[in-house]
Amino acid sequence: MTDHANTVSPAAGSFGRLRLAVTRSEALRGLTLMSPTLFVVVAAMAVPLMLMVAYSFWSQSYVTLDTSFTLKNYTDVVTRDIYHILFLRSVTISGIVTLVTVLLAYPMAYFVAFDVKKNKLLWLILLTLPFWTSYLLRVFSWKVILGYNGVINSGLMSMGVIAEPLQFLLYNPFSVIVTLAHAWAAFAILPIYVSLEKIDRTLLEAATDLGDGPVRRFFRITLPLSMPGVIAASLLIFIPTVGDYVTPSLVGGTGGVMIANIIQAQFSRANNWPLGSALAISTMLAVTAIACLSIWLAKRGTAAIR
Amino acid sequence: MANSDAFIDIRAVSKRFGSVTAVDGVDLAIRQGEFFSLLGASGCGKTTLLRMIAGFEMPTEGDILIDGQVMTDVPANRRPTNMVFQNYAIFPHLTVRDNIAYGLRKDGLPRADLDRKVDAALEMIKLSGYGARRSTELSGGQRQRVALARALIKRPKVLLLDEPLGALDKKLRETMQLELRQIQDEIGITFVFVTHDQEEALTMSCRVAVMAQGRVMQVATPRELYETPNSRAVASFIGTMNFFEATTKGIEGERLLLDAQGLGGIAAPVPGWQVNGKAVVAIRPEKLQLSLDRPQGEVSAAQGTILNSTYLGDRSHFHVRLDGVEAPIAVSAQNVERSMRDDLDDGTPVWLSWRDTAMVVLPG
Repeated sequence: MTDHANTVSPAAGSFGRLRLAVTRSEALRGLTLMSPTLFVVVAAMAVPLMLMVAYSFWSQSYVTLDTSFTLKNYTDVVTRDIYHILFLRSVTISGIVTLVTVLLAYPMAYFVAFDVKKNKLLWLILLTLPFWTSYLLRVFSWKVILGYNGVINSGLMSMGVIAEPLQFLLYNPFSVIVTLAHAWAAFAILPIYVSLEKIDRTLLEAATDLGDGPVRRFFRITLPLSMPGVIAASLLIFIPTVGDYVTPSLVGGTGGVMIANIIQAQFSRANNWPLGSALAISTMLAVTAIACLSIWLAKRGTAAIR
Repeated sequence: MANSDAFIDIRAVSKRFGSVTAVDGVDLAIRQGEFFSLLGASGCGKTTLLRMIAGFEMPTEGDILIDGQVMTDVPANRRPTNMVFQNYAIFPHLTVRDNIAYGLRKDGLPRADLDRKVDAALEMIKLSGYGARRSTELSGGQRQRVALARALIKRPKVLLLDEPLGALDKKLRETMQLELRQIQDEIGITFVFVTHDQEEALTMSCRVAVMAQGRVMQVATPRELYETPNSRAVASFIGTMNFFEATTKGIEGERLLLDAQGLGGIAAPVPGWQVNGKAVVAIRPEKLQLSLDRPQGEVSAAQGTILNSTYLGDRSHFHVRLDGVEAPIAVSAQNVERSMRDDLDDGTPVWLSWRDTAMVVLPG
């Protein structure tokens, strides 16, 4: 290689040789391109994650950190009901949020993909418009809408539909679901839109030609072929929302507390980083397992459609 | 139009997309069991017409009847037609077997019947044993066959084919032409075949409709189309044709006297249309003979010079310049003799000769 490099550019110095080596070797070139991102990922994700794993096997007694190995945190996580309840509630809320968001996003994505003929980009930008404001603002705006003196209550009262403000709108799982479903809508619309847009329109004509009406055609062709988008959308919503703690702490009240709120508490007020780490890692593993299971089920279900 | 034998009766059908007229007042009568081709250059409206028969497009004007029933209000999924799409439209998420069975699933067939039908279809397209494969693992020719089986398994009254052989290479295309023809013979379903390939249309069809600019120019058997085209457009679209501008001089018995540019005074068979002064005389390249000396006997002749020649083995092509004719005259000659000699060099003065029956007189 060096000999060859010399014959190619005899005048080139060591820098020239290096450059030649980089352009010649596929792997080296790839590594060079990746290195900035790789650095960030290693420094900002892998290292903290390893630290968390380490912490989860340590223990905290008041202000001192005991770095001897223990499984006490994990036994706590597994045996204490409060964590089970919170975890199940988080998964249930996120599951409902995922379902609601995907069900609402699908028709919107379908409309843009199939019925909008021109200015598709404009429509997509309009659909992502809520994302132009900050996440916190969006959560607060739902507080304004759902609150005791909020838009819905004052509106209904001024119309004389209700005599006093409805109490069930805010500070419960319902308000968490509404807020999250709205906040994550674009994450569902875009992947579903992409997978719908990719469907070859003659496949739909072929299905019609073979005797399918619009409904049968949708369930036999359109839905299975857009399944990758639906799965992507579901993961994009489910995984982050399980771990969300901003929304539940702002609009969830006591009934809407989720697992992430308790993890956050361990890292702050309770000052028990080892337990917090063990909770975080257990949650992560459980969510991964649930996600994999759902993907597998979704694929099995799609494959059964004929 | 009263067509007692019309199985597919297309009555004054027009289709406009905005200001564009894709199909313009087409009348067609396609017979039962016929292999009928719609032939034309791209954009001539042949595919739009096919899609109207299938029900994917609605005619702006006119009606389409299949087997005596008006199809106008019948949606595509309830029509007795099935289609083989240009890109085959094989469902990528289904196996070969499920693709073929697709149209039968909703009919509530017992499992055993369905399996038997699909097996028979797989056998017909010579893909037995491929049933469990993903459609993405198939070659172009195999996909084409799956598309055909999927459409035929529904036993439609009419099979519509939208340039189904266009994406295949030459060899495979010829094999598939033969197979399609055989299948059509065996099952006797009416085929409506769209193509831009005139050779394909001539080889496969019982009858061909030549289309241009949304209109049907001529409907005829392949032989009639080639030997007696009814217009200059059809004559130049099907095969190669030499044209000579002419003026008519009168009729003498069975023959029409003309004065044609480059050919002089000639007598041709009287055409079926009303002659009024201007006409075009058309002669196919293979119906012209080349000779160094003036030919003897019952033939017409004209003198010219060889412009260029191409040796193709079984035959040779020549271009000949005739005085008074702008375009070079194409001549095709069978190489009957084994000869190493090439005595028809460029620039050689030659005689062109032809029988009177070789000429077709077209409206000018």
